[in-house]
Amino acid sequence: MGTQEDDGRATARLGRSPSAANDARAIARDGRAPTTAGAPAATTVGQTAATAADEAAGPRQRINHMPGAGTARAEAISAGRREMLSDATRNQIRSLAERGVKRPRIGADAVCESLLRQGVSVWFGYPGGVVLPLYDVLGDYPELRHILVRHEQGGAHAAEGYARATGKVGVCLGTSGPGATNLVTGIGDAMLDSVPIVAITGNVVGSLLGKDAFQEIDITGITLACTKHNYLVRDANDIPRVFAEAFHIARTGRPGPVHIDLTKDALMGVCTAEHPETLNLPGFKPTLDGNIRQIKLAAQEIAKARRPVILAGHGILIADATEELRELAEKAQIPVAHTLLGVSAMDETHPLSLGFVGMHGWKHVNKTIQSADLLIALGMRFDDRVTGHVPTFAPYARIIHVDIDPAEIGKNVAVEIPIVGDVKRVLTALIPFVEAVEPETRAPYLAEIAEWRAESEKTPWHGSGAWRNGQLSADFVVSRIGDATGHDATLVADVGQNQMWTARYGGFRRPNSHISSGGLGTMGFGLPAAMGAAVGRPDKETWAIVGDGGLQMTVQELMTLVQEHIPLRIALLNNHKLGMVRQWQELVYAGNYHSSHLLGPDWCKLAEAYGVAAFRADAPEQVDAAIAAARAVDGPALIEFCIAEQQNVFPMMPAGKGLSDLLEEQFEEPKQ
Amino acid sequence: MSPTGTPNPAPEPVAQPAPAHTAPPARALPGHGESHRHVLVAIVLNKPGVLNRVASLMRARNFNIETLAVSHTDQPEVSRMTITLRGDDVAVEQAAKQLYRLIDVLKVQDVTSDPTVEHEIALIKVRADERNRGEVLTIAEMYKSRVVDLAAESLIVEATGTEAEVDALIALLRGFGIKELVRSGTVVMSRGAGSIEEATKR
Repeated sequence: MGTQEDDGRATARLGRSPSAANDARAIARDGRAPTTAGAPAATTVGQTAATAADEAAGPRQRINHMPGAGTARAEAISAGRREMLSDATRNQIRSLAERGVKRPRIGADAVCESLLRQGVSVWFGYPGGVVLPLYDVLGDYPELRHILVRHEQGGAHAAEGYARATGKVGVCLGTSGPGATNLVTGIGDAMLDSVPIVAITGNVVGSLLGKDAFQEIDITGITLACTKHNYLVRDANDIPRVFAEAFHIARTGRPGPVHIDLTKDALMGVCTAEHPETLNLPGFKPTLDGNIRQIKLAAQEIAKARRPVILAGHGILIADATEELRELAEKAQIPVAHTLLGVSAMDETHPLSLGFVGMHGWKHVNKTIQSADLLIALGMRFDDRVTGHVPTFAPYARIIHVDIDPAEIGKNVAVEIPIVGDVKRVLTALIPFVEAVEPETRAPYLAEIAEWRAESEKTPWHGSGAWRNGQLSADFVVSRIGDATGHDATLVADVGQNQMWTARYGGFRRPNSHISSGGLGTMGFGLPAAMGAAVGRPDKETWAIVGDGGLQMTVQELMTLVQEHIPLRIALLNNHKLGMVRQWQELVYAGNYHSSHLLGPDWCKLAEAYGVAAFRADAPEQVDAAIAAARAVDGPALIEFCIAEQQNVFPMMPAGKGLSDLLEEQFEEPKQ
Repeated sequence: MSPTGTPNPAPEPVAQPAPAHTAPPARALPGHGESHRHVLVAIVLNKPGVLNRVASLMRARNFNIETLAVSHTDQPEVSRMTITLRGDDVAVEQAAKQLYRLIDVLKVQDVTSDPTVEHEIALIKVRADERNRGEVLTIAEMYKSRVVDLAAESLIVEATGTEAEVDALIALLRGFGIKELVRSGTVVMSRGAGSIEEATKR
């Protein structure tokens, strides 16, 4: 792979253009519009880089990483892939003989064929001893774009980001032992957030299993608790069946991660098994259609309710039910609150869209829920960050709960009307039974919420103040990014304060334009997941909004961005703190700030060392200019926003308290 | 809701929102009811690692298995597990639903309140010499158990019956000195013509 590496570096060297980046940065600091000077320079340089990489990769057909997305050649390859992977042609995936390869078909070939049959075009991996047989044949499958990440955790998060942005199954790969354990964080994250990924690991040859061989670990034992299902494959002939089952399980019903552990001899062994056309999974039959009697009962409840609220969760986005959600909301004039992962399920400018609920949700949303007489929970699971102290949650409300996973019904909150089923199908069945409600009927109710909303938005630090005591405010930065990108870009948050600011102030209008690690709350998620999202949706602009703590956890993926020429924008909200930890220490632990002050590198220098164009903004008037400069770069770009160090996310529901017990204290002058 | 806070689920007219702090009735927390013994039957695929999946899930979801008996069924590809555990009805229902999420689990049924035949087997090695052997034998006979091994200083009683019956026998034999005890865990089968395995037969 030496030559390939050289290609990457060539791209990197040209894309780096320290002088252009410095110019733009200087301009950003000055607060003048950089588009006139710095940005065109960056664009030109970037284009040169793409062309150079293009030429370099041209004659090398076997290993095709398709740098320079957007060029004519890249478009042609993409078109070919789409053609190849449409349903009509998926059974026509070329065999080895048709590829002109004269060697027996081995397990590793079966893996590649399976991936192609499942419509995989991109995957994220890291090679190592026992998966080398797979890497040895990868060159024969140029349709599979393998992205070499810098750490397996990054690969797993990238697969997640890819899956969330596209709705397809994301695929990541690691070798045995440490490669496999490094994937676990991403697998766990996908489990908690119901993200369809297939994680592939290698393992030592079957005869060495259980002998504590080099880089051997019982990885199926480890992933047992954090996957939807997992497989240990010891025979090459099992590979076609296992992959077909794994992809089916990952994306069917409630999605989730499936892990496949392949021994080295399974990868190397001759494989004669055909790909199965049907699956035999007697224990896996998700309920998709809701019970019609329950659906009618739900419609009656909705007709009776005077203060109904819809709680829209991740399920709406997974089931692609955003249209149905809007239809239901409009027909019965019901306001819609979003869970963290439900953000972007409804256009936030829609008059019935309320915003984000829960621990750091909008106060008016939480108040609406606490005074509701009916909650219609769609594809969400009453996480403790949503309910707070359950005995005080929505005390006047009856609850309709629609979820595809029966185990979610009644798990955290007792509900009156459970409906198990795919939320899109349930809503499609439900809407005809729902009585239409005139907007005037609900006007007083909605007006009241609007009043609360105005009140809650008036509070300082709520998106209104760009500037406070000479410090840049994070919510201002996030809302400017939303505005600058026309609310069409995918914003991927890391975890912590940056995540809450993103969810609250991003202003999401397009489904799946918000990606966040909700259940597991994985710091370090932002950059690699955004990388995966950017790869999956090259047609949409992608931003990672990260903190300085989380970015230091997975910063190595900056190099992947450069090598693969992935045009990701990274907005670093740098407060030199583990912000959310600091906030809890301030508010819950009496200001005992232990270990929450965080040193970081000179981010612009670091980014430039990686070959990523870097900009810095530390005053409000520089924000728009920096955003414009970063958007003009062809390739990855990073902006360091030096934000107020003591800014908190308000309101805040203290742990163990309820949605009515929001902390909203005005921030006082720092004592540190 | 009026300020006096009468516990009424129906809200006030729209113009007067329900203030959230007028002592509304607390929402029930699932799984905090009265705990008692439940018997679950799980029909699972006979594959390596299934027992591990079930046991791991129960541990991870904070359920404490009291007994677990696993064996083949008449179909070679299917195994049957009988699990007894303590918890309130909602919690055990949750355990059953969680088991359903396992791909290798075909069917789960809570048979606690169904008419069933419920048995377990126990082998009890009791200290018994010529002075008190007769006494031990009488007790064993009264519990319809039998002696399967006899030595000069001890004998092994094989007892079958419900968990409570075996408990009672053990309590009586404890006075003689129990040297060793093993119990198989409960197995159950529902009475009548119905079959839990029916749905899984192909």
